[in-house]
Amino acid sequence: MENVLTYMTFIPLAGAVIILALPNNAKLIRWFSAGVTVPPLLMAIWLFSNFDRSTAKFQFVEDYHWIPAYNISYIMGVDGLSISMVLLTALLSFICIFASFGIEKAVKGYFALFLMLDAGMMGVFCALDFFLFYVFWEVMLLPMYFLIGIWGGPRREYAAIKFFLYTLFGSVLMLLAILALYFTVEPHTFDMRILMAQAGNYSTAVLPMWPFNLWGWGFQHVIWMALFIGFAIKIPAFPFHTWLPDAHVEAPTAISVILAGVLLKMGTYGILRVNFPMLPVATADLAFWFLGALGAWNIIYGALCAMAQKDLKKLVAYSSVSHMGYVMLGMASFTTQGINGAVLQMFNHGTITGMLFLLVGVVYDRAHHREIEGFGGMAAIMPVFTGITALAFFASMGLPGLSGFISEILVLLGVWQKYPVLAILGASGVVLTAGYLLWTIQRVYLGPPNEKYLTMADINGREIFTLVPLGVIVILVGIYPQVVLDLLRVSLDQLNQIVIPHLHS
Amino acid sequence: MDLKNVASLTFFLPEIILSVTILLLIVLDLIAQNKRSLPLVAMVGCAATLLATFDLYSAAPGWLFHRMIVLDNFSLFFKVFTMVATILCIWMALGSNEIKLVHQGEFYALLLTCALGMFFMASSSNLLMAYLSLELVSLMSYVLTGFLPHNRRSSEAALKYLIYGGVASGTMIYGMSWVFGMTGSLDYAAIQTALGETGYSPAAMFIAFVFIMAGFGYKIVFVPFHMWSPDVYQGAPTPFTAFLSVASNAAGMAIMIRFFFPGVSRMLPGGDWAILSGVEWPHVLLLLSMITMTVGNLCALNQRNVKRMLAYSGIAHAGYMMMGLAILTNEGLAAVLFYIVVYLIMNVGAFLVVGMIANVTGDEDIENYRGLAWRGAVVPAVCLAVFLFSLTGLPPFAGFIGKFFLFSAVIKQGGAFAVLAIVAALNSVVSLYYYAKIVKTMFLDSPNPEDKMISVALNDFTLLIPLTVLTLIFGVYFGPLAQYTSLSLAFFVK
Repeated sequence: MENVLTYMTFIPLAGAVIILALPNNAKLIRWFSAGVTVPPLLMAIWLFSNFDRSTAKFQFVEDYHWIPAYNISYIMGVDGLSISMVLLTALLSFICIFASFGIEKAVKGYFALFLMLDAGMMGVFCALDFFLFYVFWEVMLLPMYFLIGIWGGPRREYAAIKFFLYTLFGSVLMLLAILALYFTVEPHTFDMRILMAQAGNYSTAVLPMWPFNLWGWGFQHVIWMALFIGFAIKIPAFPFHTWLPDAHVEAPTAISVILAGVLLKMGTYGILRVNFPMLPVATADLAFWFLGALGAWNIIYGALCAMAQKDLKKLVAYSSVSHMGYVMLGMASFTTQGINGAVLQMFNHGTITGMLFLLVGVVYDRAHHREIEGFGGMAAIMPVFTGITALAFFASMGLPGLSGFISEILVLLGVWQKYPVLAILGASGVVLTAGYLLWTIQRVYLGPPNEKYLTMADINGREIFTLVPLGVIVILVGIYPQVVLDLLRVSLDQLNQIVIPHLHS
Repeated sequence: MDLKNVASLTFFLPEIILSVTILLLIVLDLIAQNKRSLPLVAMVGCAATLLATFDLYSAAPGWLFHRMIVLDNFSLFFKVFTMVATILCIWMALGSNEIKLVHQGEFYALLLTCALGMFFMASSSNLLMAYLSLELVSLMSYVLTGFLPHNRRSSEAALKYLIYGGVASGTMIYGMSWVFGMTGSLDYAAIQTALGETGYSPAAMFIAFVFIMAGFGYKIVFVPFHMWSPDVYQGAPTPFTAFLSVASNAAGMAIMIRFFFPGVSRMLPGGDWAILSGVEWPHVLLLLSMITMTVGNLCALNQRNVKRMLAYSGIAHAGYMMMGLAILTNEGLAAVLFYIVVYLIMNVGAFLVVGMIANVTGDEDIENYRGLAWRGAVVPAVCLAVFLFSLTGLPPFAGFIGKFFLFSAVIKQGGAFAVLAIVAALNSVVSLYYYAKIVKTMFLDSPNPEDKMISVALNDFTLLIPLTVLTLIFGVYFGPLAQYTSLSLAFFVK
């Protein structure tokens, strides 16, 4: 299985091109797209079983020249940090194809764009060359823009361009930062492995002319900040989060799942992949405020916003803001538990929120609205659906025995050792989360059944098929988290070791 | 080498072929009954010129006609570029309804004369020659802009163009007279020597340079010499607008680089350029570059006419390109040349689609693009989206690589230049808004019942598809092109 990562990335792209040539038969295109996502999924399972869990080195590395004159190479590889994301991407892409079977408008375009998006996401997590990373990062934007903009809800145009502008704003800053790093190493290169190895060369001397020199910022801090803004918009960290509720609410169900399940992870993935190992001094200096405090604020702010929502999908969207806060908080602790919890939370949030959006999609397909107050007593009408929903809600809430609990408790354990105050704030977020989720269950599922929906059909086979794999993972990771933690531990410990020597006190 | 008149003729073959073609076109227009052969003759003439130009790559660089013009890789690059742009323009004109209405022979003859002027602009090494070639191009442009008979907008545009052009070139020749007065020479090489030997007044030289920059800047379209561009773009026949937007800009860049770099600066061994001490013209350029891109992008935001929007976008792109000049390095210049090439591909592509739509709907109003993808024109719509996103600078399209090289040249200089890079980067975010507005109209909006179906002739695709494919190819495999543009940065100085 040489070049397995390349196959995983480019099979969907090839599939997208083939779809354009297929006849205009919706059924054929749907099943063909589903078929295209199977090989990457199988390869992901193969990766999972063949991944060497005892080393922090990059594995399955492919290294080819691309544009040698500028030292731009095609380098792919995974380590403990990225493999969990690769698995998640392969799984969610497969599931979301099935969740998209209900799409009727311009089927060909939808599935072609979806597969392009799939290729871009996979590429971001596999790329080890900064130039390649950036290309994949940006390539994702175009299909996403169209997928939200053409197949989305009533305010889709606004949501699509807002998403596009926000992300591009972040990524141009990132491009400048990448170039600055490129010119700092000798010989100039985009190879991330070399950029990490040379982390000591990035100056931390206070920039004399810089307006921020009061804070003692150097070159490294400025670059850190430029990269951080790019990544924070994707996470999305407060105050860059406002694109997210719009995009989520307007996007079709499957795209919401991808957006929450994979795209948000790119932000935190980028910080761990780039900021931590390449700019350790700045990371040590800035992590408390920009990851820790901001993360805690994200948790509470997101939860409070979620509580105020009337739209079910918007509620889930804000719960994402809140849950991604745990990832940032865990990263800022620089403890084994904290950082492992953070990456596990990335994985868990992908599966749990994926389920939540799929479930909201199920309701919306039947009732054609998402008003929380407009339902009531759904448990009596759709018992199977309610059961699965309860599982997802409890996982999201962090109920012991389900995956969300493990990652949140790890994060809080890690943070408690360093910043007890932030841990308390983070833990209070758990209470708020329980508050808005239980309240939602009460309003939507309990109580007397709504007369309008008495005849509503329960969840169908295709929908169950999309939910079951995620549900199984949620339970499995909840009971036996080592499945995922084993993959992460060594790489993340090494990441911590790079930063810890630079921490003050 | 420094050749006399007759000896120069061997190395002057492209211009001779071009001139013969022009004369042939005029004569043919008089005698031929069927005008359909005219574009073909023009095309063949251009192809022959292109071949002759390529042939000169094997010749040794040097001066021709008593140091009037210079033959080196740099001038050859722009000659090839001009010819490619001309061929593309003729190709576009074949399918354009606008051109069918007018005197075809004259259109092609004037177009080729304009291209001839650009050949001289790229290679002149004498202030007089520079002025004359620039005027030749300008005069042809005025006529071609006002070429649509009974079209008020076209005539108005031509008049505006003429007035602005007159002022700008007057200013320029005034600046040139200062340089002549201080150095006693019109010849770039002699000016360079004189500056080294006798000294100069920095303040006076600075003023002279700024005046000269006005003339060049009007061709490249930078603020504050940009006012003519939206009207001209909108009024001129679309194939010529496409030609003007890329070739005129490129020729302006050529003449500017030739004068300000090998002309009055010195190349240092590392690839950096040393300017005349005390004459800080790059500062002016730096400031103008930031202003130009910002003004261009902000003005484009609210345009309703796509050609007008592209005019403002062209101003913004001129601003990006000027960054490459302002930083005084070979990397910057190479990035500019690279950018010019990708700009040619994507901008001509965009105008091609605009022309195709205008052929059916009659004008370029953005309303006509509503739901284009659902009105039987999905391929042109996708191609236009590719060109527009490429203009924004998104990977995997060629425009991204162009911006990437420019930004990297600027970032490499570091220090305060980072501000320039940040301004440019934020500008590309702003530009996304109006480019995406067209894309939104084409794909996201649903067509109204009264909107016409757009039928596209098969031969329209002969140019559209190759340009789209090139935009993609140069977005992922740009090594050879980048190599060609850096090799083109060879100036013959002495």
